[in-house]
Amino acid sequence: MVPLSWYLALSAVLFTIGAVGVFVKRNVISIFMCIELMLNAVNLTLIAFSSYYREISGQLFVFIVMTVAAAEAGVGLALVIAVFRNRQSLDADDANLLKL
Amino acid sequence: MLRVIVFAPLLGAIILGLFGKRLSERIIALIACSSIAVSTIAAFAAFAKLLAQQPDSAGVRRISDTLFTWIQVGAFRADFAFMLDPLSGVMILFVTGVGLLIHIFATAYMSGEDSYYRFFTYLNLFMFMMITLVLADNYLMMFVGWEGVGLCSYLLIGYYFLRDYANDAAKKAFIVNRIGDFGFALGVMLIFYHFNTISFIDKTGIASVFTLAANKPIEDLASTALFAGGLTTIAILLFIGATGKSAQIPLYVWLPDAMAGPTPVSALIHAATMVTAGVYMIVRSNMIFGKAPMALTIVAVVGALTAFFAATIGIAQWNIKKVLAYSTVSQLGYMFLACGAGAFGPAFFHVVTHAFFKALLFLGSGSVIHAMHHNEDMRTMGGLSKYLKITFATMGAGTLAIAGFPLLSGFFSKDEILWKVRSSTVLPGSLGTILWLLGLLTAAITAIYMTRMMVITFFGEERFRNAHHDDHGHSGHDDHKAHDDKHGHDSHGGHGGNPHESPLAMTIPLIVLAILSVVGGFMGVPEGLAEKFLPHSLHHYTHSFYAFLQPVISVPVIAGNGGEALAKDHGAELVSTILSSIVALVAIGIGYLVFRGKPLMQMPAFLENKYFIDEIYDAVIVNPLKAISTTGLWKFVDVVIIDGSVNGLAKLVNLTGSGLRYLQPGITRLYAAFIFGGAVFVIGWFFYVVVNR
Repeated sequence: MVPLSWYLALSAVLFTIGAVGVFVKRNVISIFMCIELMLNAVNLTLIAFSSYYREISGQLFVFIVMTVAAAEAGVGLALVIAVFRNRQSLDADDANLLKL
Repeated sequence: MLRVIVFAPLLGAIILGLFGKRLSERIIALIACSSIAVSTIAAFAAFAKLLAQQPDSAGVRRISDTLFTWIQVGAFRADFAFMLDPLSGVMILFVTGVGLLIHIFATAYMSGEDSYYRFFTYLNLFMFMMITLVLADNYLMMFVGWEGVGLCSYLLIGYYFLRDYANDAAKKAFIVNRIGDFGFALGVMLIFYHFNTISFIDKTGIASVFTLAANKPIEDLASTALFAGGLTTIAILLFIGATGKSAQIPLYVWLPDAMAGPTPVSALIHAATMVTAGVYMIVRSNMIFGKAPMALTIVAVVGALTAFFAATIGIAQWNIKKVLAYSTVSQLGYMFLACGAGAFGPAFFHVVTHAFFKALLFLGSGSVIHAMHHNEDMRTMGGLSKYLKITFATMGAGTLAIAGFPLLSGFFSKDEILWKVRSSTVLPGSLGTILWLLGLLTAAITAIYMTRMMVITFFGEERFRNAHHDDHGHSGHDDHKAHDDKHGHDSHGGHGGNPHESPLAMTIPLIVLAILSVVGGFMGVPEGLAEKFLPHSLHHYTHSFYAFLQPVISVPVIAGNGGEALAKDHGAELVSTILSSIVALVAIGIGYLVFRGKPLMQMPAFLENKYFIDEIYDAVIVNPLKAISTTGLWKFVDVVIIDGSVNGLAKLVNLTGSGLRYLQPGITRLYAAFIFGGAVFVIGWFFYVVVNR
């Protein structure tokens, strides 16, 4: 058996990469991909625990998370399109009007 | 019913103030004089009613008029109320009467001025304040009138507000007055502290200060009594207020400068009424002073010194109004000397006679000034008796009265003061005799300088004929600011005419006042003289003044001064009277002989420069204060500390804001990073808590 800790470590690494990517990446599509990465890392954690402890609720929760991730990706991309129409750019730094 | 006396001038002032600008001179004059006339008639009517009243058990007659209870806080009660008793009754008669005469005079004197209405508005307002002061029935109301007359004095001295000199004089008058008022206010507060009342009369709910004071013991004749917080302290504080209002040493300096105002103002305010308010207040408070021998001594000494000091300055002045101003200071000194010697009745009598002859002299000088086209410098007068006959005659009467010529009003009042000082039952040891001698000397100097004034102005060579061009430079030496600004018309007979007598509106008041100055003394003839010279039937009338005032004024007696025996010695009194008559006559003679020959004789420079007192005050008090204010208070406290802290606070907020704005630079990824960091922090916190549980 692959020890649980390895799964968790992988998941943590993936999550961290995703998190860092959210605020390092300039391109909004990349940022979204990193968000998806974070969500999937969490999914991995949940599956790992579910398999290790033979609990079905982990897998159930993964379904919900995936649904939410899909919905959120849809809404987020719609927002990106709206911002793009205004700023003509996919650079996150260009959406800088909310400032002092 | 007393309120008519008080409010008629106020009504006049309000009407003139609001509408005066559009009214013609005649209407303004009519309104102003009629409001005072109403007051005068009401005053006489009230006085008649007072006379007809039966005295109550304490021998006191009084009419009261309470409008409403103004302030009532705990035991402190001050009513907006007026009271007519013998003291305020006599005072109100001459205040309104002389006031009326001066108003009539002023209608002609001020004719042609811009803002004619403003003058009479202020003058009526002054009368309102003065009458409030006199008729007040408690110390607070008196203080209201006290401050009010100070205000009106400021407004009237600064009437020609386009002149710097007049503005400065007005400010000086008000500020120096305020210093005295501080003392007065403290005195009133201390009175309340001691007696729990500030009322002059017993009323339902509050007692009279004076009936309570009468039961207090006489305090020690010691300088410790001054600071002990008792009756002596109260008396001294009240006296400080009086020095400010009535121009005694050290707060007299405003009065000579106040001559910058129009002459009717000098006559009314700075001769007859406002300056005597201090004396009135002290006479009113005679019960308190009677228990404070140290205070009385100080009052007497200050009064005598002021009288002498001012007389020596008056003898060296060239401006006719300044001579009269110093004369006023000097005569006020006599009144305080009398108060200090315990002779409150004679002091008040001198107030009355002084009002007559000093108002007369000032109005007469106004007539002269008017004839000389607003020149006030006596060096360019001379020989005017030929042209200004009525003015000359009336001023002559006034001069004789003030000099103490026998049987005129000034003779009786001044003589009584001198005698009472000599035979004082209050002053310790031989102080009475010393002050009597000083008073006699001052009387001599008074006669000399008044005669000098008359001689230089009315006799001799007509210097105004050759005085066109050096006029500016010449009068420039002596108080060059004393000029009115009708510069173009300075004295010259050269422009064709001779000086002409003043119109009726100006000469009639002079005549009335001259008559009063001559016969006014006969109501206060001292008993000793009356016994010897007058038929018995007249005794009642001639002593009527003192008898009438007697219930309100107590004669303090401090045992062991020896004055009691002397006071009853009518022979010594007669000797004193004859002595002062001789002194007066000799001094008048000296004045006439010396100055007839050499009218322009130069007087000692330090007298002409008024002992450089103003310069000394400037150097010792005014300039250091200004320096402290500028460098210390303004440049340091205000700019550095106060502005610094306010500005500093603003800067701090600014800096904080500048720092905080970096939290929102618009960089969206940074916001995301903050969210992430916050989440990490919160989760880490929970781990920490759980792990350490």
